[in-house]
Amino acid sequence: MSARDAILAAARGRSLLVGALLTLVFTGAALVSLAWTPYDITALDIANKMTLPAPAHPLGTDHFGRDILSMIMVGARTSIAVALVAVGIGMGLGVPLGLAAAAHKGSLLDEVIMRGNDLVFAFPALLIAIMITAVFGASAVNAIIAIGIFNIPVFARLTRSGALSLWTRDYVLAARVAGKGAARISVEHILPNVTNLLIVQGTIQFSLGILAEAGLSYVGLGAQPPTPSWGRMLADSQTMISLAPHMTIFPGMAILLTVLGLNLTGDGLRDLLDPQLRRAGR
Amino acid sequence: MKPKTTTTGLASVLALIAGMGAAQAQGDLVIGMQLEPPHLDPTSAAAGAIDQVTYANIFEGLTRFGPDGSVNPGLAESWDISDDGRIYTFHLHEGVTFHDGTALDAGDVKFSLDRARGEDSTNAQKGLFAGIETVEVVDPLTVRVTLAQPDGSFLFNMAWGDAVIVAPESVDQLKTNPVGTGAFRFADWAQGDRIDIVRNEDYWGTPAGLESATFKFISDPTAAFAAMMAEDIDAFSGFPAPENLPQFDADPRFKVLVGSTEGETILSTNNAQPPFDDVKVRKAMAHAIDRQAIIDGAMFGYGTPIGTHFAPHHPDYVDLTGQSAHDPELARSLLAEAGYPDGFTTTLKLPPPSYARRGGEIIAAQLREVGIETEITNLEWAQWLEQVFRGKDFGLTIVSHTEPMDIGIYADPDYYFQYDNPAFTELMTDLQGESEPEARSEMLRKAQRIIAEDYVNGYLFQLASLSVAKTGVQGLWKNAPTQAIDLTGVSWAD
Repeated sequence: MSARDAILAAARGRSLLVGALLTLVFTGAALVSLAWTPYDITALDIANKMTLPAPAHPLGTDHFGRDILSMIMVGARTSIAVALVAVGIGMGLGVPLGLAAAAHKGSLLDEVIMRGNDLVFAFPALLIAIMITAVFGASAVNAIIAIGIFNIPVFARLTRSGALSLWTRDYVLAARVAGKGAARISVEHILPNVTNLLIVQGTIQFSLGILAEAGLSYVGLGAQPPTPSWGRMLADSQTMISLAPHMTIFPGMAILLTVLGLNLTGDGLRDLLDPQLRRAGR
Repeated sequence: MKPKTTTTGLASVLALIAGMGAAQAQGDLVIGMQLEPPHLDPTSAAAGAIDQVTYANIFEGLTRFGPDGSVNPGLAESWDISDDGRIYTFHLHEGVTFHDGTALDAGDVKFSLDRARGEDSTNAQKGLFAGIETVEVVDPLTVRVTLAQPDGSFLFNMAWGDAVIVAPESVDQLKTNPVGTGAFRFADWAQGDRIDIVRNEDYWGTPAGLESATFKFISDPTAAFAAMMAEDIDAFSGFPAPENLPQFDADPRFKVLVGSTEGETILSTNNAQPPFDDVKVRKAMAHAIDRQAIIDGAMFGYGTPIGTHFAPHHPDYVDLTGQSAHDPELARSLLAEAGYPDGFTTTLKLPPPSYARRGGEIIAAQLREVGIETEITNLEWAQWLEQVFRGKDFGLTIVSHTEPMDIGIYADPDYYFQYDNPAFTELMTDLQGESEPEARSEMLRKAQRIIAEDYVNGYLFQLASLSVAKTGVQGLWKNAPTQAIDLTGVSWAD
């Protein structure tokens, strides 16, 4: 093992650690906010608006005098909830579709599913999300649906390609000889072997979901006030950026660090879970 | 691809040179505004942006508003009023021509007034003309208007942007090519970007101080701030982000004009929808609201608290804010009396301006304190007009009523907040027939008290008129007595 490889391996291990740590901090903040926040985020205190970070308010207050730390904690909950459910929708619908397409490769079903995927991929995701929320009203639920829809083809395609290579394996052949049907083989033999892929991709999609939620909230189409959201905190503070920069910096950092954390976790997990990469790294 | 880039680059260089040239001549002014007008005919739509661009600049009426809200002679240089107050004889200025070269005569005045009050008129303020019985041409420069009954506010009505004089020759194309008698003529409209007007060299009155002017539409507050700071624009009328004003004030390149508008900002309440049909509930809401917190939080201190639907700078204004002072305890007990001890849930639909969006969040928090939960929905203007103003599908909304002297809207039970009080309607009818100033003042004061005692809407604050301009720009209106960006008196200091 050369020195270069050792550094790379160490960096790879470190990235998972840093990523997991960042992810834990924000998930932890979101969980804690369910029970406790430093201040009530629905109570306004106009007299103390836009105060700089100080012991009473570690991250300062916003233009309504609300505690920014509390807002970010509850905002984490909004972001994580939206992204998590959106990934859930993508996996819940995308994985069965991908498995079915792989099991019946080349059939009409396969064609319909995969061309359907291509169709969804062909739409600019954020524009469709804006359209959905504009037509059905702006709310966190509609944002979840809009983001979730675009997760479906990602998981369907990934599952199908992973499953296709598995279908040629000997143990699958053995299962077929034993008389197991395609559906049963998909669930018993294929699915467990694509789980690694799905976990890695899920982490990436999760971070993309958080970005998408922030983007939708920024244009006013995500969670509606008074539910705090990182994207809306950015939008609210943008005209005050020169007066009270902390109002923009902290929610911006929250988005950046969460997305970074999830991406590092995704990368680290892939290295850890993918046997081929692990072998190459050794 | 490549040639295109080159052209754009060249164009921007040219624009830069042109901009520098104009700045040197100091005869041009670029003024920013937030909303783009849907078209340019002030006599057929309510949109305030139309008046902002065209009032006094392109179109003129028989009378006109001055910067202080006074009613001054416009196209009519003088008028006689009959002893019974019913017949107004207007004497028109001589030698006035429209921008297309046709002369203004009494026939144009008759045409304009008859068009505005006609059966198929699309005028947004038909009420202004409702009292007119006949309009007669006496001679080419004299018009006699006979009213059904004396109307003390007739000259005021004729000063509105909706009452400007247009010519039958050009009336069909006003929406895209407005032809008026004003000190500027319409030059160009790049939709979505700007409208250019140029000085009318044949103007009948004092010629404009500027050779040309451009109205630039910038809806985003951040972009407005950036454009002003970069000096891409020379002034901004109705600056959308009050939080940025101290920065302009501290900068020697700019000056900030803080004045008053006719905009009563109110928490509009759907009086026909339970539980708001109960005056106790409306009273409870009025006491739940802390006006100063809204002015400080949403407008960064710019705005005057109001207790009724009337402009505080008007001599007949009555300060009724004490009647709905902030008192959450009282609000809770009133709610309990009305049968809602645990409060209720309603909708709060907010149009785009920051006074509404920010004010809405503050009011939601204040109402929550007394047990009233609100579901906030942010709407674009088109949706707001559709759902709230026309559809009446709302519980609460926040909006600024910017028409001057618009207390009369409370006399119309079909108006979107649906206040129905026959006594008030009668008072407004009496007011129209009264021309004695003292009696009119008394009636206006009474009207303010009636709607304040009925707590029709939550009365929040009078919207401030906030404008930013380069230091050298002089003559811009500080106050906004009507929706106008009157550039006729604007010029650059030497």
